[in-house]
Amino acid sequence: MEHIISVTVENKFGSLSRIAGLFSGRGFNIESLSVAPTLDPSMSQMTIVTSGDERIIEQIVKQLNKLIDVIKVVDLNESDFVSRETALIKVHTKSEDRAEALRIADIFRANVIDSTPATYTIEVTGDPRKIEAIINLLQPLGIKELTRTGRVAVARELIRSTDVQAKKVVRE
Amino acid sequence: MKLTGAEILIECLKREGVKTIFALPGGVVLKIFDMLHQQKDIEVVLTRHEQGAGHMAEGYAKATGKAGVCLVTSGPGMTNVITALADAYMDSVPLVCFSGQVPTSLIGNDAFQEADNIGLSRPCTKYNFLVKDVKDLAVTIKEAFYIATTGRPGPVLVDIPKDVSMDKAEFVYPSSISIRSYNPVYEGNKWQIKQAAEAMTKAKKPVLYVGGGVIFSGASQELIELAELTHMPVDMTLMGLGAFPGEHPQSMGMLGMHGTYWANMVMHYSDLVVAIGARFDDRVTGKVSEFCPHAKVIHIDIDPTSIRKNVNVDIPIVGDCKLVLRELIQILRATVNGDQRELRKPWWDQIREWQQANPLAYQQEADGPIKPQHVISRLYDLTKDRDPIVSTDVGQHQMWAAQYFKLAKPNRWLTSGGLGTMGFGFPAAMGAQAAFPGRLVLCIAGDGSIQMNMQEMATAVVHKLPVKIIILNNRFHGMVRQWQDLFYEGRYASSDLETTPDFVKLAEAYGAVGLRASKPSEIDDVIKEALAVNKPVIVDVPTYRYENVYPMIPAGGCNHEMILEDPPALKSKQSGTGQVAPKDSDTILTA
Ligand SMILES: Cc1cc2nc3c(=O)[nH]c(=O)nc-3n(C[C@H](O)[C@H](O)[C@H](O)COP(=O)(O)OP(=O)(O)OC[C@H]3O[C@@H](n4cnc5c(N)ncnc54)[C@H](O)[C@@H]3O)c2cc1C
Ligand SMILES: Cc1ncc(C[n+]2csc(CCOP(=O)(O)OP(=O)(O)O)c2C)c(N)n1
Ligand SMILES: [Mg+2]
Repeated sequence: MEHIISVTVENKFGSLSRIAGLFSGRGFNIESLSVAPTLDPSMSQMTIVTSGDERIIEQIVKQLNKLIDVIKVVDLNESDFVSRETALIKVHTKSEDRAEALRIADIFRANVIDSTPATYTIEVTGDPRKIEAIINLLQPLGIKELTRTGRVAVARELIRSTDVQAKKVVRE
Repeated sequence: MKLTGAEILIECLKREGVKTIFALPGGVVLKIFDMLHQQKDIEVVLTRHEQGAGHMAEGYAKATGKAGVCLVTSGPGMTNVITALADAYMDSVPLVCFSGQVPTSLIGNDAFQEADNIGLSRPCTKYNFLVKDVKDLAVTIKEAFYIATTGRPGPVLVDIPKDVSMDKAEFVYPSSISIRSYNPVYEGNKWQIKQAAEAMTKAKKPVLYVGGGVIFSGASQELIELAELTHMPVDMTLMGLGAFPGEHPQSMGMLGMHGTYWANMVMHYSDLVVAIGARFDDRVTGKVSEFCPHAKVIHIDIDPTSIRKNVNVDIPIVGDCKLVLRELIQILRATVNGDQRELRKPWWDQIREWQQANPLAYQQEADGPIKPQHVISRLYDLTKDRDPIVSTDVGQHQMWAAQYFKLAKPNRWLTSGGLGTMGFGFPAAMGAQAAFPGRLVLCIAGDGSIQMNMQEMATAVVHKLPVKIIILNNRFHGMVRQWQDLFYEGRYASSDLETTPDFVKLAEAYGAVGLRASKPSEIDDVIKEALAVNKPVIVDVPTYRYENVYPMIPAGGCNHEMILEDPPALKSKQSGTGQVAPKDSDTILTA
């Protein structure tokens, strides 16, 4: 089953390769991984999309926790969460297709962020299904380039925030 | 006061209480060696190969319980020490390895003798550091020792570029350290411990399955107390040998692939397995789906990843063995009394039956070829009063040593279990001897393995490390030959060494002492002679070439289905009627 794991790590040289090395060395799946600094610039936030049965996911969470640079690991599937992904899609647009491209972008509340006589670059954000859907619709026009950020996710804030189950508390 | 990086390194080592380091120089670490040369507090053992340095540091660490330290140069120095780091990582040995690196300005340039030390060592260290600024050096070293020796111990690498060893900084050594993302758990969860105690009181057929963690945690006394209090049998892993006295009536010896018949039967038929600092390795579980089919499992381990990695656990307790056992004992003392003995009488009757049915056995004829087990039995009898430290290499001799050399105390057993590194034994023994110059240190070696780090004999002679090496010389990669006989229809693909050097002369060539026992009747005298010498000694013992290690659970087999002796086909083959008749040149068989 697919799991989204949120990992807070020291923002240090080498942290990313330790995590990537863990997944490759132990043969864990990694579908996507995104990294960026947090509000506190000494830490980075990673969102890892992975899959495996219960025991594998348990090992992934434990192994991540064991890495010295890892500060906090949360398996978001333990609670409710929201996730988003952004894609930048550069489509070929013959003059007769330009209106169609704009219409599709509009349906998905996507933005055209760059335009040349023969292309549009469309930015779309959403859950993976939405991204897949717009890609499918744009494909007949001819997609020249596509880049996706991979998913980022956060736990939904519950009414009683103490209900949020973090696997591990932040170690101060 | 401002010190150079090299001086800071030395000051840090002194403050960590390091007395001996194992090292081999090179261009980028010359400054460090130059400063080491000008001081007296730390002895530098110059090894002949960096792998040797790494294993010596491991032997030192296993025997003392403190971190072992080695120092190597960049590039090939680093790649040579990798095997030892990987070995230490698998067996949780606390090690701090310093490696030289090209100057920071050249990193990434394919500079002379540059290697990506951090990248190379990442998968085989607990943590590694590249020090880019001399100002960070002291704190980094403090962190390295802290990480190596706390929690589940392991090797840590500190990579020091040449300029960092030469630059100066104010020296301040932090008195304590805390790392926000690293906080090993020592105290076990009280509720879980209570659950465990309850299960232990009720069980009719329990077993304590103990491993290396008991030794790292220094929990042997607690283990003995717990075992006696609860009257449970104690199975030890290869790495746990010595955690519980081998001669204790409750000791079952080693379990697993080459464990005793009864240790494995006890596991298989138990109703409660209490795993203490052991990691359910596949050499122990055999076929996981049929492992301990009737048992509840309690698992005490400091590393959460060890728990439920291979087998399901009913009561997990994350914590340090010593602290958890103390709590367990406290609870159990209040709840159990003599009744445990009564409750478990049928279990013990069964165990004694198993012990009688299939004892460890071999046949030594007075004028026949020397049996390897006999050599170890004799060595054990002749040295046990001297409380020796025993190292092994990897192979059949290692398994016989595990079966026949009964350790009375922890930190006396140096063996490579997880990685199974041939060539580990001799340098590891030297490391232990360097830590304890006055003690008896034995190395039980194979003729194949010893040749993987033989060069360290020069180091042993120079540094007066009087290790006694006993080579069980079957002129085979015996363990490989055994598998070929059992599972590859006796095709000896690259397992027959055909010839080995004359180890007696080889020892003498190095300036050590070489002895040989060629007949069973010579064994005692030769061992005694070796023990009397205050120099490194090689005792070469040509043994029966075709002896196999039993019991044996074939890889992936079930724990109660052991092979206990040579299958009939193999027996007839070895008696000379089969295709592998001994050669004329085979002096060992005719000896
Ligand atoms: C040729 C060959 C044959 C072998 N055959 C056998 C065999 O028949 N039987 C056998 O048992 N092994 C055998 N081995 C060894 C085997 O491969 C493993 O190395 C061994 O079983 C692991 O031992 P262990 O479970 O004690 O774990 P170790 O590797 O010693 O690990 C220690 C465990 O304790 C934990 N720990 C560490 N410190 C603490 C602490 N302070 N408190 C609590 N927990 C702690 C660690 O997290 C870890 O889980 C063989 C090896 C070779 C090379
Ligand atoms: C470095 C290394 N290479 C290969 C192996 C595989 N291997 C395991 S045991 C063994 C044979 C060991 O021979 P020897 O040291 O003579 O011991 P014996 O089994 O004969 O007692 C080999 C090749 C290993 N464990 N380590
Ligand atoms: Mg051999």
